[in-house]
Amino acid sequence: MATPPVKVYGPPLSTAVSRVLVCLLEKDVPFQLVPVNMAKMEHKKPDYVKMQPFGQVPAFQDDDITLFESRAICRYLAEKYPNKGTAGLFGTNPLVKASIDQWLEAESQSFNPPSSVLTFQLFFAPLMKLKQDEALIKQNEAKLEKVLDVYENRLGSSRYLAGDEFTLADLSHLPNTQFLVEKTDKAELFTSRKNVGRWWSEISTRPAWKKVVEMQNA
Amino acid sequence: MAVKVYGFIGSNAVYRVLASLYEKNVDFEFITVNMVSREHKRPLFLARNPFGQVPAFEDGDLTLFESRAITKYVARKYADQGTELILKDPIQMAIQTVWMEVENQKFDRASWKLMEIAMGRVRGGPELVAEYEKKLSDVLDVYEARLKENKYLAGDGFTLADLHHQPNIYFLMSTRVKRLFESRPHVRAWVADILSRPAWLKLMAFSP
Repeated sequence: MATPPVKVYGPPLSTAVSRVLVCLLEKDVPFQLVPVNMAKMEHKKPDYVKMQPFGQVPAFQDDDITLFESRAICRYLAEKYPNKGTAGLFGTNPLVKASIDQWLEAESQSFNPPSSVLTFQLFFAPLMKLKQDEALIKQNEAKLEKVLDVYENRLGSSRYLAGDEFTLADLSHLPNTQFLVEKTDKAELFTSRKNVGRWWSEISTRPAWKKVVEMQNA
Repeated sequence: MAVKVYGFIGSNAVYRVLASLYEKNVDFEFITVNMVSREHKRPLFLARNPFGQVPAFEDGDLTLFESRAITKYVARKYADQGTELILKDPIQMAIQTVWMEVENQKFDRASWKLMEIAMGRVRGGPELVAEYEKKLSDVLDVYEARLKENKYLAGDGFTLADLHHQPNIYFLMSTRVKRLFESRPHVRAWVADILSRPAWLKLMAFSP
């Protein structure tokens, strides 16, 4: 088999990298995962920075295009392969697309900041032997609770965030939530909320995400 | 009127949406939300934006929140009029999306915090200011390199990738933070360009 043109650079354990991986798997797009040795600061070296000027993972290549920012890469994949793999990830008409964009932005602006801080403080910091900041944890847990209250309400009348179908808006939440539910003591933030719990259990047991978790645990 | 924007004058996110409507020559009705009386936290408004934030947006039967989702909707729905805010070619659109994410994930984080400090909304001593000015400087270094090769962030033309920056930059240019933009020649030229666009100037003159 020819080498797939799609290359993703970065470790699967990175939340941003895993966001891209799950999108590729949902879309059935073959890809090559290229390791980046972050301990050796490979992501800050000139060859890598040419692809990703902020020196972060992931970087992404497809045919002649180089992209970065996981949510931009996901949108690109969903637009390029609308009928491959899981259809409708980015909507089939402008109204659905607007709803998906709305919840993707909510993920970016409201869910991601507190969940990222908690993921870092509770999972990555101990792994990297860094001191945890209790005040920061408390502050961000309170913020995340407020966001999840909104989600609880929304998911009471909608199967998925943007509507009745699984879309990029739900997918974007997988990486941080996986760590919080499986690797920290904050699972009950999600599982104690009936609708959020139901939604999490549906989206996290999708084959594509289970495959990414396997890659993370390898 | 079909298009309604709910918010208050002075909100960056509201301005982001209004800027896109002006660029597209779309008429709208502006409905002021009384933040002082906590109108944005009451059920009628929460039905429009469950996060209790401005803006909320209506176009006929469609209700939306999140300024960057609204601008994209406006850009797509009114694609055939006004400024081309979302590029049509798939590769160009993908590149534009990258820079829209950069604004969202990186530029907004750093610039918004500096705005909050400058407005006294957040307590910030010199260390916090220095920390966020460093973050913003790192982003602007990348912009400087990008804008050396391209007139605008997504390429040759002004798009949402540039528009999304207008409100925060407009505010910061009236603070000490402006020196970070002015010390980088291509960034400075780009800032001067986007803040002198007719649509932006019309918006600055808008009064509900």
